[in-house]
Amino acid sequence: MRDMTSDGPMVEFRKDLFADERDDNLNEVGKPTRRQDILGHVTGRSPFFDDHLFDGLLHLRCARSPHHHARIRRIDTSAAERMPGVVRVLTGRDVPVNLNTLLSLLDFGLDDEPILSENKTAYRGEPVAAVIAETEAQARAAAAAVQVDWEVLPHVLDVEEAIKPGAPAVLEIYPENKFVYHGKYDHQKLRYGDVDRALAEADHVVEGRYQMSPIEQAPIETCGAIAAPEQNDRYVCYTSTQALFFSLGTAAKVLSMPSSRLHFIGGTVGGGFGGKVDSVHEPLAILGAMLTGRPVKYAWDRAEEMQVGAPRGAERWYITDGVMADGRIVARKFTGYFDAGAYTRLSSYAIIKGVGHLPGPYTIPNVHADVYCVYTNRTPATAMRGFGITGVDFAIEAHMDKVAETVGLNPVELRILNAYRDGDMKAHRRLAKNCALIECAQVVAEKAGVTLSPQMKAASSLRDGGGARAELPRHTATDQEGRVEGFTATSYARKGGGDSPPTTAPPPRPASPPPAASRPSPPAPSQPAPSASARPEPAPEQATKKPARSGAMRFSSLSGFRRR
Amino acid sequence: MTVHRGRGFAAINYPIGMNLGGDPSQALVHSNPDGKFTVALSAIDLGQGMKSVTRQIAAETLGVPIEDVYVDTADSDTGPHDMGSFASRGTHRMGNAVIRASEEARQVMLEAAAEELEVDAGDLVTDGRGNIHVKGAPSRTITTMAAAQAAQFRQGRTIAGRGIFLIPLSEVDPETGEMSPVTTFAHAAMLVTVEVDDETGEVTVTDMQSAYEVGRALNPKLVEQQLRGGAWMGMSHAAWETTEPYYPSRDHGPEDFNTYLMPGPGDLAPHHISILERPAEDGPYGGKGPGEMCANPVLPAVVNAVYDAVGVRIDELPVTPEKVLRGLQAQGGARPRQAL
Repeated sequence: MRDMTSDGPMVEFRKDLFADERDDNLNEVGKPTRRQDILGHVTGRSPFFDDHLFDGLLHLRCARSPHHHARIRRIDTSAAERMPGVVRVLTGRDVPVNLNTLLSLLDFGLDDEPILSENKTAYRGEPVAAVIAETEAQARAAAAAVQVDWEVLPHVLDVEEAIKPGAPAVLEIYPENKFVYHGKYDHQKLRYGDVDRALAEADHVVEGRYQMSPIEQAPIETCGAIAAPEQNDRYVCYTSTQALFFSLGTAAKVLSMPSSRLHFIGGTVGGGFGGKVDSVHEPLAILGAMLTGRPVKYAWDRAEEMQVGAPRGAERWYITDGVMADGRIVARKFTGYFDAGAYTRLSSYAIIKGVGHLPGPYTIPNVHADVYCVYTNRTPATAMRGFGITGVDFAIEAHMDKVAETVGLNPVELRILNAYRDGDMKAHRRLAKNCALIECAQVVAEKAGVTLSPQMKAASSLRDGGGARAELPRHTATDQEGRVEGFTATSYARKGGGDSPPTTAPPPRPASPPPAASRPSPPAPSQPAPSASARPEPAPEQATKKPARSGAMRFSSLSGFRRR
Repeated sequence: MTVHRGRGFAAINYPIGMNLGGDPSQALVHSNPDGKFTVALSAIDLGQGMKSVTRQIAAETLGVPIEDVYVDTADSDTGPHDMGSFASRGTHRMGNAVIRASEEARQVMLEAAAEELEVDAGDLVTDGRGNIHVKGAPSRTITTMAAAQAAQFRQGRTIAGRGIFLIPLSEVDPETGEMSPVTTFAHAAMLVTVEVDDETGEVTVTDMQSAYEVGRALNPKLVEQQLRGGAWMGMSHAAWETTEPYYPSRDHGPEDFNTYLMPGPGDLAPHHISILERPAEDGPYGGKGPGEMCANPVLPAVVNAVYDAVGVRIDELPVTPEKVLRGLQAQGGARPRQAL
């Protein structure tokens, strides 16, 4: 099996490991079958969305804010409308439901993001008008001719600056620049055991601060969609989406149209990496087709893909570990800040996912985390390969190296010593199963010539877990820090949330040392305090329009299964 | 000028599927009169091989040759609902939906064959080469094509199946974070070797040794493709890419591939991959999802290797020559550790 050359094989299958858990006697599964669509791909014949170039295709491009944060006094599209080739210019008034949050598809979060902004922009590149013209060059020229009278507002770009009292409010519905979890807290908590006591009893305390950078998904094919009127009073939409019904549901909501009138076609996509979930292009392309009666293409150019398209968001993590002299980690404390940018998109979801992942693949008896979804005046963040996990794994594993140095252990052995095993209790209070971290570490050590002690060589994910390691902590320290008022819980968060919110918040505990920063802060000047009795009102400009929806909407109703 | 060599290690696990569940996938499978099958989905093939892996799963479950199955995706008029291709959910969620749909279709196919052979459908097996025969009696046989023709032209049966896979949405405790995030995790460990030039601050990844545990490698070539490409992406995240080089400032944001830097073919390090397979209880044939986790161990392994090489800790990504040089300057030069 193992073709050991002097440099080792480039790929090997370790069929010897976990062999008794597998039936390898299969016909098709496990074979290196050539992909069904490869001939089309390598001969340039596979149809991507951009290959559906209809006769009479129009091109849509957006006019965008040049400011990090600005109020819109007036949008004047008259000059753009007179430009050569321009067929129509759209503004927020043309969008049937001009406010959305992607996670409404999951009953999670408040609508916070206009499709075309009418009153305020919160990041550089936010769209305020969409020009539809005969050619892309004409659309580009006319978009530059859209006149906006801006009132530049103070902005904030750093997550820890954004949550300080008096920071500019990025979004009116979250005046303290923090997403609200469970209608109750301005962050997501993880509490397992008593970290502070364990830190006090540990032989060493190891601290670190880590910063994950914003990254572009960088697909070869930029995001886009082509929509056209179809027969039977329907619209067809060819799209690069990573999630066909997610985009269809978003378009149906934003266009206030039964999903039965939308026909989405995609499935062959030139790379996504998470950047093609946001469903930005489909609603505007379809709206353009509705209002012009002609096929309309809306796609980003490379500059938009890189600076306007939502990146992997930046994350900042603080980690404090309590470690015994023999290398056992007995306490791990996290404070995390996700930089959501100007709108929620999917960041609030990623934080819950990240919290469920803590403290990494290790069995640690005391774990504590406060993780914040913070709004700043930058391009909204969204999903990218490893969403919610990549950033914190960078922090954890860079931190493990510091722990290894502190206690004088080989870094591989430190991982094996602390690795989770079958039957261990995890910090999210479920038992571990199907573990394989130890085996991965052993295989790499063997290949790379890292000497392991006989004990670490003999360790196994299948043995020595469970038992006392399966028990929940006898005591878990909880608190009410970061309590907020005026929000109601939806779905994810129903448990213990705001079903019957108390009229007064329990007294907050004394603030823990920085960087927890969870003290209630006064609302920013000129921002109304959140109402204590109801979810905050939508921004005034939206109040006069048709409400997006009266309550949280299930994906199933959005996609039409219940509507008809 | 000296080039210092260092090694860094990291190990990770990765949750498969959308956190907390609530993300269904559906599949429809049907046969034409010749016993050739179409699998209708609305999953997205981003290049990861969604069409191919579901095709293999369908062929395996139906018990027919791979060339008798084609996957059609994604047309919202014909493909049933799927949540989407993200969160490493495609293989796990859609794979299970395809198994269920294929099992239902297979059952009808076997009943049609049983009627033709005048035996009990429970006694029939498929050979995966286009034949159905009585278990232990290979001579009592009928082709899948003949069974399909009989079903559709003589017996009036539709050889079709529906499948859905859903892990119902669960909730999170606001006080403790108690939750059921996912049902299975993939795993990885990675050791990278770097060279750090103490005059220019340049970091070169020269070798990668990895082990990835993927549940089952449903298609070993597709798995290798994901791991190789994903590790490249991890290396790029660690030492090359960012949309905001001076975060949190938005200045100097790149707008094309001349300024948004990524490693080219000449920058690739040899990557020696070991693949481990510990099947997931609820995975399709044990499969998990290798697509996302492959990048994750590379980022910390690279910063750990830089520290091993010159004693400079880079806690803010990406590792740029500027950061390395500033670190070297602050500590008065390289302090090689060679601890690993």
